[in-house]
Amino acid sequence: MHRAIFPALFAAGVTFLLTCLVVGIRLEQEGASLTVVGADAETWGWIAFAVIGVFLVQLLQQPLQRLRQRLPTADITGLLPNEMLLHRLKPWLIALVVSGLLVWPFMVSRGAVDLATLTLIYVMLGLGLNIVVGFAGLLDLGYVAFYAVGAYTYALLSEYYGLSFWMSLPLAGLLAAVFGCLLGFPVLRLRGDYLAIVTLGFGEIIRILLNNWTSLTGGPNGIGGIDKPSLFGLEFSRRASEGSQTFHEFFDIDYSSGHKVIFLYLVAVLLVLLTIYIINRIQRMPLGRAWEALREDEIACRSLGLNPTVIKLSAFTLGASFAGFAGCFFAARQGFISPESFTFIESAIILAIVVLGGMGSQMGVICAAIAMTILPELAREFQEYRMLMFGGVMVLMMLWRPQGLLPMKRPHLELKTS
Amino acid sequence: MTETSLYVLQQLINGLTIGSTYALIAIGYTMVYGIIGMINFAHGEVYMIGTYTAFITIIGLFTMGVSSLPVVLLLALMTAIIISSTYGYAIERVAYRPLRGGPRLIPLITAIGMSIFLQNYIRLAQGSRDLAMPALISGGIEFGDPDVFEVSLSWMQLIIWGVTLASMTALALFISRSRLGRACRACAQDLKMANLLGIDTNRIIALTFVIGAALAAIAGVMLGLYYGTINPYIGFMAGLKAFTAAVLGGIGSIPGAMLGGLILGITEAMTAAFFPSEYKDVVAFSLLVLILLFRPTGLLGKPEVEKV
Repeated sequence: MHRAIFPALFAAGVTFLLTCLVVGIRLEQEGASLTVVGADAETWGWIAFAVIGVFLVQLLQQPLQRLRQRLPTADITGLLPNEMLLHRLKPWLIALVVSGLLVWPFMVSRGAVDLATLTLIYVMLGLGLNIVVGFAGLLDLGYVAFYAVGAYTYALLSEYYGLSFWMSLPLAGLLAAVFGCLLGFPVLRLRGDYLAIVTLGFGEIIRILLNNWTSLTGGPNGIGGIDKPSLFGLEFSRRASEGSQTFHEFFDIDYSSGHKVIFLYLVAVLLVLLTIYIINRIQRMPLGRAWEALREDEIACRSLGLNPTVIKLSAFTLGASFAGFAGCFFAARQGFISPESFTFIESAIILAIVVLGGMGSQMGVICAAIAMTILPELAREFQEYRMLMFGGVMVLMMLWRPQGLLPMKRPHLELKTS
Repeated sequence: MTETSLYVLQQLINGLTIGSTYALIAIGYTMVYGIIGMINFAHGEVYMIGTYTAFITIIGLFTMGVSSLPVVLLLALMTAIIISSTYGYAIERVAYRPLRGGPRLIPLITAIGMSIFLQNYIRLAQGSRDLAMPALISGGIEFGDPDVFEVSLSWMQLIIWGVTLASMTALALFISRSRLGRACRACAQDLKMANLLGIDTNRIIALTFVIGAALAAIAGVMLGLYYGTINPYIGFMAGLKAFTAAVLGGIGSIPGAMLGGLILGITEAMTAAFFPSEYKDVVAFSLLVLILLFRPTGLLGKPEVEKV
């Protein structure tokens, strides 16, 4: 143990340097002058706690490791049902989940349905980015740009040309895809980390343009009063606009603002199911196989005659189009959009969803999206610490389980021994 | 001289000032990239922490009754360097070293997480609003025709140029003359081979992080005093710009980072002179995209041969 004492002292000293000045002393602005205030005893207590904690952990590293090795690890594979059984039950399970999703909103409060709708938007975004990051292995840090393109497409089309949500939805996807293609074409020749920074720059460019092109986008004030989607021409408002009918008049029921919320939720469910279906199909097509092959080894792919540019571009374009759909729906749900909704942090959250869920795993991405939107709502008193924990979890996750919570499983055969 | 040319001269001075701080931050990116081939996304936050430390030290010393400006500034610079270097070291040790040798995307994602973490750590510790400090060093030289356009070169700008020049020279001497500098160069050429020949590569990698962080802290102190306002979010944009500068000059090349920083600073100042100033960020990123398209290795970078 005496050999561990110097590294432990060093680590404790580093911890003290990290915390003493920036946490222990606080800058306060009073009018034009700036003053320093020493933190309260509690904060210093925490600093001392951190320093001593780091010291002890470093000092006792070896005994702790030995202890951990002796702990029995739980074998949970036995708890999972048999794979054959699972395979047979799969269609039923899917039917159960889908019907549950459709029935559920009629039984809970408006707020819960609204939150679920938001979650579904993130599921859609996560699944879209999963194509780019998970399948094709291209790190896209500006994904939110395509989301913004989709949202602004609908907002502008509805404001200037009066197009409905359903007319705009394919257009928004298409336009986002065009943007994806335009950005992807030049930059996809770049190596992974360059690509990340260029896409990040692109995301910032789009946001700055939206913020400053005041005559078209309204600048920082955004665009408001965006129409909600309608059900075959039936509106969900209290009074019908000229030449159309409202939902409650048509079915002769009392007006309730809950109808609109549930309808939006159902539209989101529809879009997410469609997204999952399409991506599932594509993943099994030669194109989907090529994405994964390219991610694993680009040189091998090239030597087998695959064109990396076309394959990467297709992943980029498809991923962008899903962000476009999600953006269009987001604009319809909010009724108001401004560049503030499309900052880099949003890109980072979507990326975190993909990474935490396990790159390439659809089930993982869906679970991560649900966790990322529901957990902050549950832990409202920790709202302050939300982004701090978010960054910390991203780091810890990569250190502890770089493959994500539910890593992707490839179909494989196993030789049965015994 | 005409008004336009004087105006351009003024923007050139401003651009050189900003550009030299970009260059200082960019060196941190370029040195780390040169050795372990990763983008240290959290580098901008180290710069931000340097600025905060300097502000805390300056105000703290004034409160304690130290009134000699050179002493205060020197102490602030040293504290900022020490604290920022510790952060650089700790980030490498905790977040990047365990991941070394893995797939390339993993450390990059960790770095993004680290950046978000540090940003919010400072936000929680120091508050999220802008903090403004009255200018400590005012005045300067003014020249040009008072009737047409007066070009001003403030003492602060001169100090920034001087400090940047001094740090760059020190770094160049360190890299080219000292034993550790030679070890750094060896690691940049071939990490495995350097390790085989008895260089403690872990130590050298930690050293690059520390040097990068120290230079970022110097830039942080200078820019903090120059602008006079700070908030926890300044690191993101500065980091992005510095990275652009590093790529512009050729990532992995130290003279490239210096050149790239200056070019980026001047381009930005010129854009701000003739277009609405919000578009200067757009121009900076467009420049990045263009450079990567037509010269992916940057101005002074060497092409990388991909080995199977």
